[in-house]
Amino acid sequence: MTFENSILSIVTFLPLLGAALVLVTPKTALNAIRWTALVTTLVTLALSLWIWAAFDASNPGFQFVVNYPWLGDSIGYRVGVDGISVLFVVLSALLMPFCILASWEAIDKRVKEYMLVFLILEVLMIGVFTTLDLAMFYVFFEGTLLPMFLIIGIWGGKRRIQASYKFFFYTFIGSVLMLLAIMAMYWNAGTTDISRLLTHQFPESMQIWLWLAFFASLAVKMPMWPFHRWLPEAHVEAPTAGSVILAAILLKLGGYGFLRFSLPMFPDASAQLSNFVFVLSVAAIIITSLVALVQTDIKKLIAYSSVAHMGFVTMGIFAGNALGIQGAMFQMISHGLVSGALFLSVGVIYDRMHTRDITAYGGLVERMPKYAFAFMVFTMANVGLPGTSGFVGEFLTMLGVFQVNTWVAFGAAFGVIFSAGYALWLYRRVVFGALTKESLKGILDLDLREKIILYPLIILIIVFGFYPSPILDTTAASVNNLVSHYATSIGLDPAVSLADARAPLEYAAPTGEAAPAAEPAAEPAAH
Amino acid sequence: MNSDVIDFASVAPAYPELLMAVGALVLVILGVAINKEKSVLISWLAVLLMAAAGLMIILNPADGVLFNGVFIADAFGRYMKLLVLGGAALSLILAMPNSEANGVHKFEYSILAVLATLGMMIMVSANDLMSLYIGLELQSLALYVMAAIKRDDKRASEAGLKYFVLGALSSGMLLYGASLVYGFTGHTNLTEIVGAIAMEGRSIGLVFGMVFLLAGVAFKISAVPFHMWTPDVYEGAPTPVTAFFAMAPKVAAMSLMIRLVMDTFQPISHDWQQVVIFLSIASMVLAAFAAIGQRSLKRLIAYSSIGHVGFALVGLSSGTQVGVEGVAIYMAIYVTMTAGLFACILSLRTEDGYVENIEDLAGAAQTRPFVAAIMAILMFSLIGMPPLAGFFAKWHVFLAAIEANLYVLSVIGVLASAVSAYYYLRVVKTMYFDEPKSTFIAVPNELNIILAISAFLVVTYYFSVGSVLTNWAHIAAGSLF
Repeated sequence: MTFENSILSIVTFLPLLGAALVLVTPKTALNAIRWTALVTTLVTLALSLWIWAAFDASNPGFQFVVNYPWLGDSIGYRVGVDGISVLFVVLSALLMPFCILASWEAIDKRVKEYMLVFLILEVLMIGVFTTLDLAMFYVFFEGTLLPMFLIIGIWGGKRRIQASYKFFFYTFIGSVLMLLAIMAMYWNAGTTDISRLLTHQFPESMQIWLWLAFFASLAVKMPMWPFHRWLPEAHVEAPTAGSVILAAILLKLGGYGFLRFSLPMFPDASAQLSNFVFVLSVAAIIITSLVALVQTDIKKLIAYSSVAHMGFVTMGIFAGNALGIQGAMFQMISHGLVSGALFLSVGVIYDRMHTRDITAYGGLVERMPKYAFAFMVFTMANVGLPGTSGFVGEFLTMLGVFQVNTWVAFGAAFGVIFSAGYALWLYRRVVFGALTKESLKGILDLDLREKIILYPLIILIIVFGFYPSPILDTTAASVNNLVSHYATSIGLDPAVSLADARAPLEYAAPTGEAAPAAEPAAEPAAH
Repeated sequence: MNSDVIDFASVAPAYPELLMAVGALVLVILGVAINKEKSVLISWLAVLLMAAAGLMIILNPADGVLFNGVFIADAFGRYMKLLVLGGAALSLILAMPNSEANGVHKFEYSILAVLATLGMMIMVSANDLMSLYIGLELQSLALYVMAAIKRDDKRASEAGLKYFVLGALSSGMLLYGASLVYGFTGHTNLTEIVGAIAMEGRSIGLVFGMVFLLAGVAFKISAVPFHMWTPDVYEGAPTPVTAFFAMAPKVAAMSLMIRLVMDTFQPISHDWQQVVIFLSIASMVLAAFAAIGQRSLKRLIAYSSIGHVGFALVGLSSGTQVGVEGVAIYMAIYVTMTAGLFACILSLRTEDGYVENIEDLAGAAQTRPFVAAIMAILMFSLIGMPPLAGFFAKWHVFLAAIEANLYVLSVIGVLASAVSAYYYLRVVKTMYFDEPKSTFIAVPNELNIILAISAFLVVTYYFSVGSVLTNWAHIAAGSLF
């Protein structure tokens, strides 16, 4: 086993080593525990960046593959990443150090257990994206429930118990149906190896059932309207770092599942049910945006806006063309950064004031100019202002879906307007206005730790807004491969769905370096 | 009929049983001869005896049919016997610390456990309706006494009596079924019964006999609707005895059921499948809902064990080799989890006595973090949360059900498991989310070791024992086909 082969296993299970170290550290050595967790997540981040650097973007297949049979005939130890999953590995590893830093002072009880569950959570999150075994995908996917349940339940707010139960049951009930679908797929295809399942053709009548079973799980995780009810509560009650992980990574498990399984493995069902998804997506975009407008709790507002943004993702995925899927991928990565950053920003003022009520704030810009600037960048990115990463994803998904169904794009466009409404209004109420509240008069601006947390995110969001090609190039080959496979399966000419991939990418990336990767990969599809 | 036993070496497949029988008698003599206070010594000797029998099974695996065909030794039997011995030995070790507080500090207790284990081993290896009944009764009679061993305790006596009356009823049903099967096939030997059914085909009397036989066994595995005794006996009997009941006898009765349906009634699989599917659905659903309202920890575990029997039966309903493999894996994981669970309960002791109600666990995560963490892990594993062992147990049985196209059963099963999550989570919630109310006193080391081993196996199942266990179960299931 070479380093190339084992790097994915190392990245996946390295946090476990950190967890073991935390476990043997005495309970009272708080700083030792925090530093251990931070260093572990930083090393994991470094290794995940190495993977990204060593990743061959022109290869649409899986890389760094390891493949062994393990438990009986069914479950194997299989890992590998392609253009779709590699960025999620990086994203997960990227946000963990921020989470640890954000919890540095905010968490003061049961610190040891806290760091322990976060490191275990990191193993499970990265495992979801690196595994190439369908059964193990379920293991990791479902495994994330366990630490998250504890994070919400132990370190959450007042109504934490109800929130943790709701979170658990919504996701668990959907997922067990997916488990049965996974078993049915095993018996039909004779393997749980994802790379082989991707080329297996399931009978059309079976696809519908499998698709629905996967949908039951992924739509709750995503979450799609109307299965989103658990999300606002879980977000509100979770501690800051918990909200970040929920919004930035755990929601992406749903989108990743759609891209990895629903679309390529059940193409006929996806084509037939795409309108159903469009309706739910547009409903999510419009309804939850409106709901966000009337929220009085900052975290709840951001939670609803997450649901709306995930609507763009599902819409883009089921548009089934390169634009839509590239856009969905970009939107997921960007939303991971933006929503993570927003929750971290809320955490900053929550740590000072211990309230998330919008009316408790106002005029923060007078005392906290640095904070006001950071929060403004994140708010603008959430709105989708050109020049921030939020714009690229929304724009590409709308372009992609416009080709398939104009009315859906029309409906989704309202979401952009509404999001400007609720986000800017939130910003005005919290940051602008006169500083009249007594309690706010002594509030302090960002300290060093908070700057370390927020500034890198500002840079990333703006860089990817102007120069999205590092992300788009990485995903291009795999996405094109997926699109041509999908188009052939449902009987479209693959060239049609790929043809327009080039121009808009150039548009979105004024530097013009995004497009070339799309071109060579289009060739195999044409044959 | 001439005996097939020519010399001592020819009974090699039955050596472990002989060892247990002789050992039990030696222990009786020792127990009477030495000081009565030394019940712990006898317990350790009993554990050693079981370990020796287990080693014998591993080191000297011998296949064969003995004693004019009433006794069969095969890979399946060996696998199940190892589980039975493991479960019994673990529950004896669990009983040792604080045995006085539980009223099991009598040397007869360990000897009864050895005899019950012997009965279970005979059940596992039974190849004749006669030996089946003898094994079953040897086990049951020992268990009745064990349930009531705390003579001065009202609840324990009640539990013992209840278990005896209902157990006798089920034995009666089993005997009635056996006589019907004998009447309609003309044989008591299981192998010959298969031949007779295959030749003469299915008759209504035979189906009746089969249903009664299965009902008798279903009582022993406490599948719904023959589960009524379980919560009361679990609650009333001293906790170490409950631990014993929850592990080895379940495995033995389950393997008896597997042998009956997969071997003897294979030709009428369509008939028994309906029965097993009904038992399975009823157990899973009833346990999931009935446990929600429980306050007593032991009653909760009783319902949980009913539910788990239902899940194991999901695998059996498929009637395939994958299914038997799944049940075999399920029982092994079930025994591991149950051992850990009872070690947790026995190690959570306040000044007023053992923890009885779920509320008494409040805040255990802060006062006793080690035990609470392990108990939480076990609860998650009992739900079937990946990546813990409980998930892989469910994976194997539902995999078999899906292969056999039992979709309705599977969907009901997984939804029941989602419902059951509610009451398991309540325990976690009480320990982790609530504030501490009472203080607990220190744990004896034996329990810590069992706790650690059980949690280790449950957590690292995929990496450590999973692969080996799956292979063993594969071989064991293969020997039935």
